[in-house]
Amino acid sequence: MPITLLVNGAERRVEAPSDQPLLYVLREQLDLTGTKYGCGEGQCGACTVLVDGRPVRSCRTPVSAAAGKKITTIEGLEQDGKLHPVQQAFLDAEAFQCGYCTPAMIVAAAALLNENPSPSEQEIMRRMEGNLCRCGTYPRIVAAVRQASSVARKP
Amino acid sequence: MSKERNALIDQNFRLNEEAVEDRDHGAIQRLAYGFELDRREFFKLLGGGVLVCAWAGPLRAQESGARARENSEDKLPQSIDGWLHIGEDGTVTVYTGKAELGQNIRTSLSQQVAEELRTPISSIRLVMADTTLTPFDMGTFGSRTTPIMGSQLRKVAASARDVLIQMAAARWQVDAAKLVAANGTITDPATRKSVSYPDLIKGQQLVKLIENDPPLTPAEKWHVAGTPIPKLDGRAFVSGQHKYTSDMTRPGMLYGKVLRPSAFHANLTSLDASEAEKLPGVKVVRDGNFVGVASPEQHTATRAISLLHAQWSAPQQPTEAELFEYLKKSSSGERRGNDQWGPSVYELGSVKEGLATAEKTLNQTYTVAYIAHVPLEPRAALAEWQEGKLTVWTGTQRPFAVRDELAQAFRIPSEQVRVIVPDTGSAYGGKHTGDAALEAARLAKAAGKPVKLVWTREEELTWAYFRPAGVIDVKSGVRGDGTLVAWQFDNYNSGPAAIRTPYNIPNQRIEYHPADSPLRQGSYRGLAAPANHFAREGHMDELAHMLGRDPLEFRLKNLTDQRLRAVFEAAARKFGWGREKSSASRGFGIAGGAEKGGYVATCAEVELNQGEVRVSRVLEAFECGAVVNPDGLRNQISGAIVQGLGGALFEAIQFDNGRILNPHLAQYRVPRFSDVPQIEIEILDRKDLPSAGAGETPMVALAPAIANAIFAATGIRLRSLPLVPEGLPKKG
Ligand code: FES
Ligand code: FES
Repeated sequence: MPITLLVNGAERRVEAPSDQPLLYVLREQLDLTGTKYGCGEGQCGACTVLVDGRPVRSCRTPVSAAAGKKITTIEGLEQDGKLHPVQQAFLDAEAFQCGYCTPAMIVAAAALLNENPSPSEQEIMRRMEGNLCRCGTYPRIVAAVRQASSVARKP
Repeated sequence: MSKERNALIDQNFRLNEEAVEDRDHGAIQRLAYGFELDRREFFKLLGGGVLVCAWAGPLRAQESGARARENSEDKLPQSIDGWLHIGEDGTVTVYTGKAELGQNIRTSLSQQVAEELRTPISSIRLVMADTTLTPFDMGTFGSRTTPIMGSQLRKVAASARDVLIQMAAARWQVDAAKLVAANGTITDPATRKSVSYPDLIKGQQLVKLIENDPPLTPAEKWHVAGTPIPKLDGRAFVSGQHKYTSDMTRPGMLYGKVLRPSAFHANLTSLDASEAEKLPGVKVVRDGNFVGVASPEQHTATRAISLLHAQWSAPQQPTEAELFEYLKKSSSGERRGNDQWGPSVYELGSVKEGLATAEKTLNQTYTVAYIAHVPLEPRAALAEWQEGKLTVWTGTQRPFAVRDELAQAFRIPSEQVRVIVPDTGSAYGGKHTGDAALEAARLAKAAGKPVKLVWTREEELTWAYFRPAGVIDVKSGVRGDGTLVAWQFDNYNSGPAAIRTPYNIPNQRIEYHPADSPLRQGSYRGLAAPANHFAREGHMDELAHMLGRDPLEFRLKNLTDQRLRAVFEAAARKFGWGREKSSASRGFGIAGGAEKGGYVATCAEVELNQGEVRVSRVLEAFECGAVVNPDGLRNQISGAIVQGLGGALFEAIQFDNGRILNPHLAQYRVPRFSDVPQIEIEILDRKDLPSAGAGETPMVALAPAIANAIFAATGIRLRSLPLVPEGLPKKG
């Protein structure tokens, strides 16, 4: 069925069965491949996108459930060639190795900071628990999120 | 110039004869490639400039020595090892068969080239792991990139610098020895004349073969190498722009999916594909036991697979409960193990006599479970056929081996297969084979269109190969004063990596026994080193406690290896070893070892709370010679510790009769944020020693350090990995 999605500020028309996971529509039809497949089971968080500002697992979200809502993917965080503070903080802290988990980590962290601009280390770990980094860069990810939060707080 | 080109071909012919007798398939394949290295073609592709090739000719004693060795990991490629092109605009393009899998070698290798070439790192571009463009390479594994490829590229770069200096000297009619290269420019300090590399190269098409080892810049003089340069293309990763294999597309591309058998070793007895074939655009392929589909959308491919009705017949296979018994049984007698290494024994003195002089002896068995790599990017491949030629993009650690696998499978010459490895979503030893590549290529061939195939997580946890399970028996003898006198170590199926003990023991017998593995197994980060260290360092701890000695003091008493002593001492000092006694709720453990040129000592602190075990602090001292990129090294060490926690504490593949019982992340638990302890890393930078790799060894002492800490707190000795899949077992 034809569905209209609002992705990164633009209206996009797609053709997909209503129960198809949003992940595949983003990747296959809109070529937004920054959102990754990691398990398709809701367990790894690699497919995290924002729907109306809240982080969701796009592998478990039927495309129809996202219709008409504001979808933000990693590709939508950068503004006019300037990295989002969380992206910049990940880059500065080199909070990745293979980088496969990175876009989703950044999206999840951006959502967290939107809600709570200065989370504690504990809060970051608790809220990001669903995002896996098999390369084990967790300590740097926490440091990057804290770094971004202090940047965000500065006027 | 034509003389140089002839030299190249001559060498190829000579090498050809040598290579015929060479059992290394890789060397033979490589030759064919050597012929294709046509100078004009190369310059057509790259533009003019200077091309410098490192030539590890077949006649070097060192080379043939390496070749004579049986272990495949030690075999080195025998012709061109690396090449580098400096373009007329000053761009330096470096070719290496190594693949980037998250270990950050794109950056660290570039640093080393920049260092020797005396050129800004921003001018360097690495072409990696492309079987048509890059020199042959055995594969990216075994922590060999830094010591082997790093030094080869340094040699190429140093020679290239020399070529440039010679060119400038000829132009100015001065003595080359007086000229200085820095920052992409050659200067004559006497006349203050200078010329940039691009200006020097303009209009040239020069090929240079390096026959001798040029002198390299010592680590104390490094400016670019040895510094924490950020990942070169980091921005592409944080912005989601980097294209992994699984993100790539080709015009007209289909999505592929394979029907997996009902169990391992199953044969297809019947297939009804009629329903699946009714789906629009779906192509079903059956070839022997291979059944797969290709479709314009992923979800249709998945649906088509679910509509296939297949019957399989599978043989009876071992259960998990009998695993360790089965491994030991299958390793003896007529049945040959399936391990390429074959059995190996190391003997020194007489264990029997040593035991006779011992005051105390100890006999224990340790086991390790099968574990999975779980790379976050699953195995993936995109295959395209064009006029009988096959191109496959795939995340693999062994592009040339996968190329040969594909050539064999489709009965075409290797030259007609090109394997390209985009920077990959990690591997950890798990992406040596070309499974996904073969599957995608088979489907693409049948469909007549490019096919991309990405394994599901369930396929990853079932049809990939696993870190071998194993049984290790240790028998030892000590004198009352703490001197080790006998050591017998029998490893069944785990593997021989790091099997030898670094401690001074006059009587030893160490044997690796290959066995028939019920599950498909293969390499994993560190190979058997984590398993062998778990058994050895656990056993050392048991001996120390049996003798009432401090575990660190007991180790040092039996250890003279200075590099290993240095990391033990550094770790103990930083950790505050001995400052606080272990209690029922908090335990401290230590373990260490050496492998692949790296030396490691790990201290662990565990907290116990009603049977729950939490690793709260890990301090690791690590030494791998001269450090190339300190920040990258820290990242690798920290990552190895975090990944190692999983195998130490809770990761285990469960199986029964040819089926995996926990093929989902909800059941196969891997470390998450909340599992991460406080991690402290102490790097001993030995600028006087050659650089060694660091992807693996930082992991090896973690599990025994944790097991030893658990014992120190609870008196419960855990001799199986994972240690606490379901919390602490009851005492007794
Ligand atoms: S791919 Fe969605 S949670 Fe793993
Ligand atoms: S950086 Fe590789 S999975 Fe996180």
